[in-house]
Amino acid sequence: MIDMRSKPQPRGSGVTPSGTATPEGSFPAAGQAEAPLRDLSLTIRDVTAYYGKFRAIKSISLDVEERKVTALIGPSGCGKSTLLRCMNRMHEETPGGRMTGHVSLHGEDIHAAGVDPVVVRRRIGMVFQKPNPFPTMSVLDNVAAGIRLNRFWVSSAEVKDRVEKALGQAALWDEVKDKLNQPGTALSGGQQQRLCIARALAVEPEVILMDEPCSALDPIATLKIEDLMRELTNNYTIVIVTHNMQQAARVSDKTAFLMMDEDRAGFLVEYGETKQLFTNPKEKRTEDYITGRFG
Amino acid sequence: MTRVEFDKHLRELKDELLEMGSMVEKAIARAVEALKKRDTEMARQIVEDDAKINRKRFDIEEKCVELIATQQPLARDLRQLVSILYMTVDLERMGDHAEGIARINIRMGDEPLLKPLIDIPRMAQLGIDMTHRALQAFIDLDVEGARAVSASDDEVDALYDQVYRELLIYMIQDPRTIQRATYLLWIAHDLERIADRATNIAERVVFTVTGKMDEIGVSKY
Repeated sequence: MIDMRSKPQPRGSGVTPSGTATPEGSFPAAGQAEAPLRDLSLTIRDVTAYYGKFRAIKSISLDVEERKVTALIGPSGCGKSTLLRCMNRMHEETPGGRMTGHVSLHGEDIHAAGVDPVVVRRRIGMVFQKPNPFPTMSVLDNVAAGIRLNRFWVSSAEVKDRVEKALGQAALWDEVKDKLNQPGTALSGGQQQRLCIARALAVEPEVILMDEPCSALDPIATLKIEDLMRELTNNYTIVIVTHNMQQAARVSDKTAFLMMDEDRAGFLVEYGETKQLFTNPKEKRTEDYITGRFG
Repeated sequence: MTRVEFDKHLRELKDELLEMGSMVEKAIARAVEALKKRDTEMARQIVEDDAKINRKRFDIEEKCVELIATQQPLARDLRQLVSILYMTVDLERMGDHAEGIARINIRMGDEPLLKPLIDIPRMAQLGIDMTHRALQAFIDLDVEGARAVSASDDEVDALYDQVYRELLIYMIQDPRTIQRATYLLWIAHDLERIADRATNIAERVVFTVTGKMDEIGVSKY
């Protein structure tokens, strides 16, 4: 059980911020989980999110399975990115951003009293649409930034080791090992995006959220990142928002289709195995969307 | 190299195709062996096992459709998948013909064979060989290897002609042999169709590589 209080705690102490022991299955269950609890990374229950008075998404519940790629698809404006940002408390960073409902990581409520949002975002990392390496930092410093920010008490030798490991996992090490001191912005677009993934990996997250990670990249860089995503599922859980349906079909194990309702709030239409959703969806609205018969 | 996931799934599908081919080759070989030995138990087993071949076909078909839907293959990738879809149909029909031979064997019961089997086992062996070579040509994307399969089809057709003429003579000389002769004729027909189906598979190999659907050597029948 991961403790998300801001005070460092020994791992596996099995204690929630409220101080009571939490056996598996004690969080509020609002629906049927398809997989046993231990196979779920994130459980999302009845999430509604607002920008000020505007309700952007309503009553969304879904279970994100461990070490799989889950894709969120749907037309523009349906709330996919909003939902994604609710998964690691990024939504509240937007002025006027607030949400109701529950999001739990391995059974622990990420909004519980005493939970530090910075720690949440370390455990549930994020990669954005436009690659955003820190402009003033070198490749090495970019990857090390998270390690240093979270004040892990590590020596500079260990920092180097962890940077190498993260760059290796992001399939970037061979390309940058002789350029570690060059600015992060000197890399190509695809490399910069993999650098941002390495940066997220360096702090050893459990979940990586990706918001249209390939939109700004050329087709070859895109396919490299898609292959990387599949490889990362050996160790990490991935949730990706994409407006590219074919990408969702290629890369994900499960797909959630969202739509905007008449009141302009996004809602979940269908959620299932990717193979099933793209060959024989249950909902007509899903079929209409994926076959391009929209409007 | 990208498309790691797609390549992996395609390799797995090809393995399954070869497995289905192996099931069919065994069914043909055993059907003729059971015929030679007059073993109706073995024949019954072949009839039962045909259901497994049919299931395998639908299994492969489902996976092909899923792969097409999720990976958007183009060009040769697409032609390979489409070809696999067609080839499983040919293999499944070949399995049905092997089952047909087994059924005739059962129907013949205790009756002795009209004549010793020489050409029929030869036709069967050619059919098995053609299937094997056509599938291997698909794996190797070998156009020449595929085209060579049709030469063997001519050989099978020639044997069929021979069997037909021989059996006609039997039937004319002694009408009491008509029933047993027609059984053997049907069996020879099943084997001729098997060889034809193997040629279809070879045609798909050429299609996969060149993009063109051509008949390789038109069958006489």
